[in-house]
Amino acid sequence: MSDLSIFDVAGPIMVGPSSSHTAGACKIGQFARALFHHTPSKVVFYLHGSFGEVYKGHATDRALLGGVMKFRTSDPRIKDSFEIAKKKGIKYEFIPKDLGHKSHPNTVEIVLSNRRTKMSVRGRSIGGGMIEICRINDIQVLLKGSAGKRLSLVVCHEHEKNIIPDVIAKLEELQGMKVTKGVHTKLNDTTITVLGLEGRRITLPEVIQLEKDCPEVHFIRSLSKLQKQ
Amino acid sequence: MEYEFTTAEDILKLTKKHKISISDVAKRFEAENSDKSIPAIRSKMKRTRDVMYEAVKKGVKSNKKSDMGLTGGDARKIHMSLKKLSTMMCNKVSIRAMAYALAVSEQNAAMGRIVAFPTAGGAGVIPGVLFSCAEHFKAGKRRLLRGMFTASAIGKIIAEGATLSAAKGGCQAEIGAAVAMAAAGLTEMRGATPEQCFDAASIGLKSYLGLVCDPLGGLVEVPCAKRNAIGTQAAIGASDMVMAGVKSFIPFDEVVQAMNNIAKHMSPKLRETALGGLAVTKTGNEVKKKLGMHITPMD
Repeated sequence: MSDLSIFDVAGPIMVGPSSSHTAGACKIGQFARALFHHTPSKVVFYLHGSFGEVYKGHATDRALLGGVMKFRTSDPRIKDSFEIAKKKGIKYEFIPKDLGHKSHPNTVEIVLSNRRTKMSVRGRSIGGGMIEICRINDIQVLLKGSAGKRLSLVVCHEHEKNIIPDVIAKLEELQGMKVTKGVHTKLNDTTITVLGLEGRRITLPEVIQLEKDCPEVHFIRSLSKLQKQ
Repeated sequence: MEYEFTTAEDILKLTKKHKISISDVAKRFEAENSDKSIPAIRSKMKRTRDVMYEAVKKGVKSNKKSDMGLTGGDARKIHMSLKKLSTMMCNKVSIRAMAYALAVSEQNAAMGRIVAFPTAGGAGVIPGVLFSCAEHFKAGKRRLLRGMFTASAIGKIIAEGATLSAAKGGCQAEIGAAVAMAAAGLTEMRGATPEQCFDAASIGLKSYLGLVCDPLGGLVEVPCAKRNAIGTQAAIGASDMVMAGVKSFIPFDEVVQAMNNIAKHMSPKLRETALGGLAVTKTGNEVKKKLGMHITPMD
């Protein structure tokens, strides 16, 4: 299978002005929201490099916030995302910050929180609207922008307990579902595993059920709803 | 994978083997690669076309300036000049193409909805050329789609062989690529052979090799918008030359290799960083000051 579709060239359909600073930023926001999975009451964006320099002129701020509110890259509401966030009661803040010289010039760290939980997601926009998520809660991962198309599942659990085979077994019990590969990364006691699925999309009730069935798991997040982008 | 392609040579082999056009190769490749039917691919491209058309129609009427006020309203001026064609040097098709291209670029700068075809910075050229010429031919929508599929195939070859990102290859990778794509798309719409389409793409791209990306304040406004308008003229010209019987001396794949080579040698200051060229002129630095960016003296 070729990675480059005709519609990667003839697209994406997006709100201007820049594919890496607007469309890519919006996509990173969408990923952060999908990984957080709740409605955040507060979002803080740490902008690195070129993102920190020119975010106002490129509407990177509005696109990031729009993405966190599940707007698509082509959604004209991106323009008014500040007002919409205020109406929804989401507090937001943009802080230019140096995230280390090794970071890509277009990197952003998003910290989402509500009364119960908190999560940080770091992503980078690598050009033409393509993105990569490189950290979740300080644990290094690599989720490409096509993760939604590949129907990826992100599982976070304690390193000691070897529960991934259990999760995979439960997944394969579901009809028409096949697990293709898993990539692990760990920090201290916590491990994040990214599983690739094949066959069909996993539905939200199935993900919630799976999370209930595996109590040792910190969280399970499906990225397949990002598929239609 | 029968219809997989990464070079012009691959496409020419496929067009000969199956006796089809470049647009058919693109359609069949996409159907095979994404596991969808050809009608589904066509309707996805129709949606792309409709969004482009909306942006054009909005842009030629709009008087609105972008947030920073660097662009806006020029597409309308050019479109109005269609009423006094006798005072103009270009013909109707060319002027309309410029107006349409500028319309899309201005919409992009003002946060309107556009198609990044191939990227947001070079999004004006293809709708400009294809819509204006389709109106001239009184072409059906089917023929317009063929032009768009051919353009995407050319874009894919450039993306695989070089790059479509100005941060990597300068403006040649955005507007230059768009000119090549539009020239090939237009040439196919005129019923030419696949070889002629690639000749038009070569001539178009060759004229844009080495163009740097030096936007004022890093914004996709100046000189991007007007470069899109001029780009349509290069594409229409390349297509006309080919239809008159001119051939490209250098094959398309080699032009793409040359583009990649130039991208490698291009200074990072001239690749979408606003640290060189027009961006550090007196006017460029004034824009930077307004945006609260560091002033870079011209070295």
